[in-house]
Amino acid sequence: MADAAHGAHAHHFDDALQQREASTLGMWIFLVTEVMFFGGLFTIYVTYRALYPDAFAHASHHLDVRLGTFNTAVLITSSLTMALAVHSAETGRRGRLLLTLGLTATLGAVFLVVKAFEYADKFTHHLVPGPTFAWPEAGEAPHVQLFYSLYFAMTGLHALHMVIGIGVLTWLILAARRGRFGPSYATPVEVSGLYWHFVDIVWIFLFPLLYLIGRH
Amino acid sequence: MTEAHTHIVPPRVYVGIFLALIALTAVTTAVAFVDLGPLNVVIMLAIAGVKASLVVLWFMHARYESQLTRVTILGAVFWLLVLIVMSASDVFIRFRPETVARLGITTESPTLAGAAEPSAPTENESAVH
Repeated sequence: MADAAHGAHAHHFDDALQQREASTLGMWIFLVTEVMFFGGLFTIYVTYRALYPDAFAHASHHLDVRLGTFNTAVLITSSLTMALAVHSAETGRRGRLLLTLGLTATLGAVFLVVKAFEYADKFTHHLVPGPTFAWPEAGEAPHVQLFYSLYFAMTGLHALHMVIGIGVLTWLILAARRGRFGPSYATPVEVSGLYWHFVDIVWIFLFPLLYLIGRH
Repeated sequence: MTEAHTHIVPPRVYVGIFLALIALTAVTTAVAFVDLGPLNVVIMLAIAGVKASLVVLWFMHARYESQLTRVTILGAVFWLLVLIVMSASDVFIRFRPETVARLGITTESPTLAGAAEPSAPTENESAVH
C-alpha cells in the first residue's frame, strides 16, 4: 500500500510531490505561450476597435446575445464539473470522476453545437468575410468585415481548443475507467483541468468584447 | 495517502466560485444594455478580469501553487498587458481619427488616420455636404 502511494513517480524525480509540481509548472508554461498566442489576436481587436468603433458596434449587433450568454453559462458550468472531477480524482471516487468528466465533455459539445448554429446564421446572413459578404452601408462594409474576420479567427481558434479539450477528456475517461487515477496519482486530471479552465477564461473575455459592444 | 497533493479544495468552495461567476455574467450582460458612455468598456473588462482571477485562483489552484508557478502566471499577465496596453496607447495617440481631429494634427502622408475615413463617400455623405 505504501509503495503504491509513494512509489508512483519516475526515477528522475525525488518524490511524487516534485513530479506533480514539475507537471503543473510545465502546463502553466504552455498556457503562458497560449496567453501570448491569443494575446496577439486581442491586440489586433483592440487596434481595429479603436480605429472603427461605430462599425464594430454595428457589426456586433448581429451576434445573438442570448446564445452568447447561454454559452458562457455552459462553459462556466463545465469548469465547475472539471474542478469537481479533479476533486473526485484526488479523493479516489472513480464513479464520480467518470460522471464529472463525462459532464464536462458533454457541456463542451453543447457549446460547440450552439456555436455551429451561430456560424450557420452568419453564412445565411452574408456576414462571412469574402466574396459573399454583404452589408447595407458601403462605407462601413470593409470595417464590418474586419470585425467578422476577427470574430471567426478568435472564436474559431477558441473552438479548436475546445475540440482538443474534448479529445483530452475522452482520453481521461478511458484511463479513469481502467482505474489509472486516485489519491496517489491525479496529475493528468489536474493538468488537463488547467487547460480546460484556460479555454474558459479566453471565452470570459471574448464574450463581452464580441457580443456586448454598443448594445444600449 | 494524500501526500502528493498539497491542497484538496472542498466542493462547496467550487460551487461558491461557480455561483459568483454566473452572477458576474448576469451583471456584465445587464450592464451592456445601460448607456454609461466609455465606462461600459471599463466595467466589462473589470468584470471579465475578476472572473478570470476567480478561475485562476480557485479552479486552477494558483493560490496553492509554489512561488515559481505563481511568478510564471504573473509573468504571462505582465507581458500580455505590455503587448496590449503599449500597442493600444500608440493607436489611440496617433491613428484614431477623433484624436487626430481634436489635437488638430494634419497628416501629410496617407496614414491609417486617412484610411479610417470611409474609403468612398456614400450617397448619405454627399447629401449632407
